[in-house]
Amino acid sequence: MSESTSATVPRGLPGWLGGLWAHRWFRFAVRRAGRLSLSLWILVTASFLMIHLIPGDPVRAALGPTAPADLVLARTRELGLLDPLWRQYADYLVHLFHGELGTSITSRLPVSETIAQRLPATAQLAVAAFVLSMLIAVPLGVVMAVLTRRGRRRRTELAFTGTNIVLGAIPDFLFGVGLVYLLAVQTHLFPVAGRDGLDSYVLPVLALAIGPAAVLSRIVRVEMLAVMEADYIRTARAKRLTPVRIHLLHALPNAVTATLTLGGLLLSSLVAGTVLVENVFAWPGLGSTIVSSITTKDYPLVQGTVLVYGVGVLLINTLVDVVLALLDPRSAIGDS
Amino acid sequence: MRAARVLLRPVGLVGFGLLVLVLLVAVFGPVLWDGRATVVDTGNLLAGPSAGHWIGTDNLGRDLFFRVLVATRLSIALALAATAISMVLGIVLGAAPLLVGRRAGRLVMGAVNVLVAFPGLLLVLFFAVIFGVGARGAALAVGLAGAPAFARLCHTLIAGISERDYIAAARIAGVSRLRILLRHALPNIAQPLIVNATMAAGGALLTFAGLSFLGLGVQAPSYDWGKLMQDGLNGIYVHPLAALGPGIAVILAGLAFNLTGEAFAAAFGIDVIPGVVRPRQVRNTPGKIRGSGATTASADAGTVLSVEDLRVTIPAARNPIRAVRGVTFAIRDGEAVGVVGESGSGKSMTALALAQLIEEPTRVEANHLVFGGEDLMAAGDPESRRKRLGTSLAVVFQDPMTSFNPVHRVGPQLAEVSRFHQGLSRRAAFARAVDRLRAVKVREPERRARQYPFEFSGGMRQRAMIGMGLMGTPRLIIADEPTTALDVTVQRQVLELLTEVRRDTGAALLLISHDVSVVTDVCDRVLVMYAGRIVEELPAQDLRTLARHPYTRALVAAVPDMETDLTKPLAVIPGLPIDPSRVPPGCAFAARCPLADDHCRAAEPRLQADAAGNRVACHKAGQALPTDTAEVTA
Repeated sequence: MSESTSATVPRGLPGWLGGLWAHRWFRFAVRRAGRLSLSLWILVTASFLMIHLIPGDPVRAALGPTAPADLVLARTRELGLLDPLWRQYADYLVHLFHGELGTSITSRLPVSETIAQRLPATAQLAVAAFVLSMLIAVPLGVVMAVLTRRGRRRRTELAFTGTNIVLGAIPDFLFGVGLVYLLAVQTHLFPVAGRDGLDSYVLPVLALAIGPAAVLSRIVRVEMLAVMEADYIRTARAKRLTPVRIHLLHALPNAVTATLTLGGLLLSSLVAGTVLVENVFAWPGLGSTIVSSITTKDYPLVQGTVLVYGVGVLLINTLVDVVLALLDPRSAIGDS
Repeated sequence: MRAARVLLRPVGLVGFGLLVLVLLVAVFGPVLWDGRATVVDTGNLLAGPSAGHWIGTDNLGRDLFFRVLVATRLSIALALAATAISMVLGIVLGAAPLLVGRRAGRLVMGAVNVLVAFPGLLLVLFFAVIFGVGARGAALAVGLAGAPAFARLCHTLIAGISERDYIAAARIAGVSRLRILLRHALPNIAQPLIVNATMAAGGALLTFAGLSFLGLGVQAPSYDWGKLMQDGLNGIYVHPLAALGPGIAVILAGLAFNLTGEAFAAAFGIDVIPGVVRPRQVRNTPGKIRGSGATTASADAGTVLSVEDLRVTIPAARNPIRAVRGVTFAIRDGEAVGVVGESGSGKSMTALALAQLIEEPTRVEANHLVFGGEDLMAAGDPESRRKRLGTSLAVVFQDPMTSFNPVHRVGPQLAEVSRFHQGLSRRAAFARAVDRLRAVKVREPERRARQYPFEFSGGMRQRAMIGMGLMGTPRLIIADEPTTALDVTVQRQVLELLTEVRRDTGAALLLISHDVSVVTDVCDRVLVMYAGRIVEELPAQDLRTLARHPYTRALVAAVPDMETDLTKPLAVIPGLPIDPSRVPPGCAFAARCPLADDHCRAAEPRLQADAAGNRVACHKAGQALPTDTAEVTA
């Protein structure tokens, strides 16, 4: 655990920097920040190149075959597509740096404005769904682990894992359709679509959360089963604590690392999953924006939205890594 | 055949059956039902379910049920095409280090690792922008988006085999890189690749349904399941089956691929939960069962623990393992009793059973098990029993490295006992923990109490573990091989500490050890166990001289002392302990005993006490051993 032994200080570094380098957390921060900026650069470059990879004339495609030629030329010039590529790239980066994402071809509104307007609805959905799936998965996984450990209650275990596999295989937008049918069309408990009041959140959040909750609860159960066979759990039992205390205070904290790793992955896939679910529920978020902008070939808007989604995912991944490193210092050392 | 075994599992059977069905419909569906799926019934536009149209009709009056069946081919074909693209591209990228050299390969894998971090759907949308809306563009998009995950898998798999001899040999022989990949690497990673491809096809199917549902995939007049769902969603108020029908088809087909993949993965031993014993027919509810002749123990005053006919049974499918087969003894207040025996003799099981730490499905039975005047085999108030055991019975385990909870600091782990059982405040309990750590000679106890277990050495952790037992006022300390995992010098210190603790607190000690010399040093009395029974009991000081059981004598002879002739090979006990699931009818030691005769092999000797109170279970107790038995050459 000593912090200086494993680090080989790169040659040519000044003394104080070498001292910093010897520090575990500094090395972790440098490495992680390096990876984040590399990923960001790839993301930005990819979103820039996207418009150039489209076969044919993107502006003509967007405005349709009937648009007059001078309008197409004007828009092409406006988008800077007549400049040499390196110039366009430099301009793109500079604009990005100032928070400018261009102007939508169809609505003529600044892309950043549209995104700022749409992002909160999507973020609310994703965060609520993540919290809900955690709230379902952790208690369910723990209870199932306690009930079915050491081969007890085989039938409960089979029912649980079977249901889990089935639920995990159903995509979120199908849950959405099913929920709309059951809870909105059949029983009128919740609104079918739209974002209006708290009860309009129920169905989309449920649709997003069920699948991840199923997968996650399975992981929690397996982790808990492994932890509950550990020697230190026997020690806790030798202290004659109540089973609840043993499971929650002694077993659960040892089972969260894997849960959190997977939870982070789920959160970033939730961000993407909102695209489909928003379309089921006509949710006024980024997801419906990106789909409509793809069909209308509004490329500046597509670029901007892809960028926002990508940055969101990268930030979540980094956040998960940092939390993991705080919980388990060993993961900060082994990071490469 | 492993593949055949897949079909024997319910998951595999269901998955594989579904898959065959889906593929059959995909192949023959359009041939059989295309006419019925395209015929326009103007009298039945957007109709609900009826005898003629099971799940209704669309806006041109076409039958939706048959449209769902016919759409199977396009949905499956697109999913398989996309999977094929992902797989080929993934293999090429993943094999990059093999194909273009290590340095360029590392660059490729760096890019792949960045891409893998993005959710698949985001990549799909990105590529969908480039390739445009439509079935072909969507297939390319889904295919490309799936490639990074495959590339990573391939890379890991190839890295696993690329150092093998046959790859190295091919390389030295000058075989071209592409040929190495195709002829030598791929066949060896085919199994996991195919399993993953099956699951990926299920994923691609769902993604495709999503894309078409968003209007980015298949365009009219073609239709796949996603397109049908999109058309049906708008009318979900009027006839929900139009949207649900194709949805169910997507789920069934997705499950067919996923379940088949999971079943194969399980058959190839990928997804197995470790450490779970699965007994077949254990329905004897909870661990404790009173023996038949249950007479309440007349616990003598001055006896801290007494047990009669203790039995521990581990259930198994065929032969249950009888780890402890009827053990009876008592420990007086302040007395130190040692239990010795080879591994597998049931001594640790005895200790855990006495400490009430054995869980289902393992069964613990006894006529009585009295600790401090209370029969633990009888029902009692769990609350007060927890308190009693928690404060007056201390347990020290074998491996101090794993017996502390790694996520909690040491001090609070000790303090928990006082907080939980004695109602002390957090501060007072912590102060007591520090005091107890000082009592077990942990230096700088205040600082140490705030550290995590991994910052303690093994010997220090074992001290802390003893300290944990001293948080209450122990009447008995059960120590299960407390020094086995420690260095020799540290062993001595821990044993001295145990002796001191006994002197200071007056607690009794039950010391389990396979080490005869440890037990003779520390204990007053010794129980010798063999095959789940006590075979001899005598004062510790007489162990070397007055032992009468051939097993005890062999055990003592196997320990070298100052008088051992070092020019001769060290004595060992010939043969192996019996298999506890197959206990022979006579004396369990007979097969290894130099004195055994037919009587020994037929009738099991009873444990009988002599005038001095020593006990032995042997038909030949005390008879002279043949002189050469101690010397067994390897």
